[in-house]
Amino acid sequence: MSNIDSAIPTKPWRASNRERLTDISIFLGAFISSYVFVALTPMKGKLAYFAVFFIAYALFTSIFKARQRGSAAAKDALVNSLVAIGAVVTVIPVFSILLTVLRKGLPGISFGLFTHDMALASPTDPLNNGGLLHAITGTLTLVAIALVLSVPIGILTALYLTEIKGSFKGPIRFLVQAMSGVPSIVAGLFILSAVLYPITKAYSGLMGALALTILMIPTIARTSEEVLNLIPNELREAGTALGGTQWRTVAMIVLPAAKSGLTTAIILGVARIAGETAPILLLTGGGDTVNPNAFNGPMGSLPYYIWKSFNAGSPEAITRAWAGLLVLIGLVLILFTSARLLGSRKAAK
Amino acid sequence: MSTQELQIPLPREITTEPRRSDKIFRGVVTIGGLSSLVLLGLIALFLGYRGFEVLRQEGIGFITHSDWSISTDDAGNVIDSHFGLAAMLVGTILCSLIAVVIALPISVFSALFLNFYAPEWLKKFLITVIDMMAAFPSILFGIWGFLVLMPSIEYWAKLLHRYLGFIPIFDMQVPVFTRSPFVAGVVLSIMIIPIITSVSREIFSQAPLDRIQAAYALGATRWAMIKAVVIPHGRSGVIGGAMLGLGRAMGETVAVFTVLNIVFQINWEMLLGAGGNVASLIILKFGDASPYEIKALMAAGLVLFLLTLLVNGLANLIVKTTGKSGR
Repeated sequence: MSNIDSAIPTKPWRASNRERLTDISIFLGAFISSYVFVALTPMKGKLAYFAVFFIAYALFTSIFKARQRGSAAAKDALVNSLVAIGAVVTVIPVFSILLTVLRKGLPGISFGLFTHDMALASPTDPLNNGGLLHAITGTLTLVAIALVLSVPIGILTALYLTEIKGSFKGPIRFLVQAMSGVPSIVAGLFILSAVLYPITKAYSGLMGALALTILMIPTIARTSEEVLNLIPNELREAGTALGGTQWRTVAMIVLPAAKSGLTTAIILGVARIAGETAPILLLTGGGDTVNPNAFNGPMGSLPYYIWKSFNAGSPEAITRAWAGLLVLIGLVLILFTSARLLGSRKAAK
Repeated sequence: MSTQELQIPLPREITTEPRRSDKIFRGVVTIGGLSSLVLLGLIALFLGYRGFEVLRQEGIGFITHSDWSISTDDAGNVIDSHFGLAAMLVGTILCSLIAVVIALPISVFSALFLNFYAPEWLKKFLITVIDMMAAFPSILFGIWGFLVLMPSIEYWAKLLHRYLGFIPIFDMQVPVFTRSPFVAGVVLSIMIIPIITSVSREIFSQAPLDRIQAAYALGATRWAMIKAVVIPHGRSGVIGGAMLGLGRAMGETVAVFTVLNIVFQINWEMLLGAGGNVASLIILKFGDASPYEIKALMAAGLVLFLLTLLVNGLANLIVKTTGKSGR
């Protein structure tokens, strides 16, 4: 009995020293061969190092495993490295984008950027002339109008799918999904043909907001539907058992219970449309001054400002574009993070 | 005894008739629920109505010819016009196919990594990053693609041309590599990787656990298990995800317009710097279009709308049926 107590538990799944050594040497081998390969052949650049390193690593491990344990293990090792490559390739662009925007956008960020508009400046002027106040206020106005219009429709659609479950449930769910695939330019053209040309005949912020509404409804509807589906049915039954009508049950029990989830849905919808460019280019007219009236006159916005500066082409203008992108992506990231936090807090409850 | 004083309550009338408040509620919600139907219908209707004149004049040539020209006299009357979308349609399909071909393997591999290889903390982190990537605005991908990515893609395109030029798709007559459909395809592939990855991840995570464990118990390696259980379970779902990505790539406007050189000529050479895209055409021509040309653009929008609707509808159908079957 006593030798059971004194026996040290073995962990056969743990890598032995020898296995660790081979792993490291394969890694080093792949590393060195990538340098050698790039030095000896005409392939150049950071991407070449990555590519050769991964190919070499995949090759070395699978050859080693093939010698050690045969072809099944070799295939397994090959797929091991392939999926790792897949994951790395997926996230490289994100970090590249974030780093580039930070590096190129920061020089263009100054205090004046947030207090001036472009009324007396053109994109090619020196950077301390003008700013993007008009773009920020414009984007906020557009988003606010789109919110007011799309939140009721989106949530009503979700309520129809989860609470009423009428006879159109299947087709409507299908159509909402189809609607989330409508290209943004088509939404812009639709507002152009249905509202701008026959009725208002002038560019304004409202037109842009209408197009954004079309793009925002499916996002809100789909996310809200998922959230409302998570509300336990017992809550609805409890509401009915207490004598509540369906209207009272939904308004006083289901919606309050889903509040944070619905907020997440709305925030995700805003993140989806904040940077939408194509319909803005068609509909808002892109003014250079702060325009508080969304119903009259052209309205600037961040995407339009970025687009205009980017197309102006001079180094100052490009820096302006990057600075605008930095502000825009900052906005999107703040929205995204708050949606995440709200969502995870709800899940933790 | 005071039994006589007790009143026997009358039986209540039982009815399933909802109260008035519920009727109003149901009515309002149903109207709201039907809005997506109404909106989609209105989009098709209005684009068709505005584009009708052009569609009737061009007939089938609107999607089979590839010249886009309009000439007006000084008073602004149209003398002569040719509107054909063929080059743009070919370009749209070429770019989005390139995007899907590049994005599909990468997304499937990373979805497998997320589900079966990554430790929990890494999985959470990567899912956040990938979801975040899906929220990036398209203008960001466009400008980043043009200024940062394009030089290296051009370089890789040259390598492809030099070493794999004997394969017809990598062949080209005039070596112009800048702003080619290939560049646009790579930028689009980066934009659709998050969509395909999250759809595939969802489908893979529904793979039956008992079969996974059975495969391991029989001594399968991880890859053998994936090949025998996960791939057969998720195959059609992944195809659906790829089609969702295809639909997104087809409708993309700003990112493609930024990196692609738009030429009104049918071009199947993916490395050559000349391509097309219906959505970019609309942005390109909108600025100085006459009223008649705007009608042609509306018709182009209608074609794009119907195309993406078809692709998305098919994709959703495929994803839905696999999600339900739960084999």
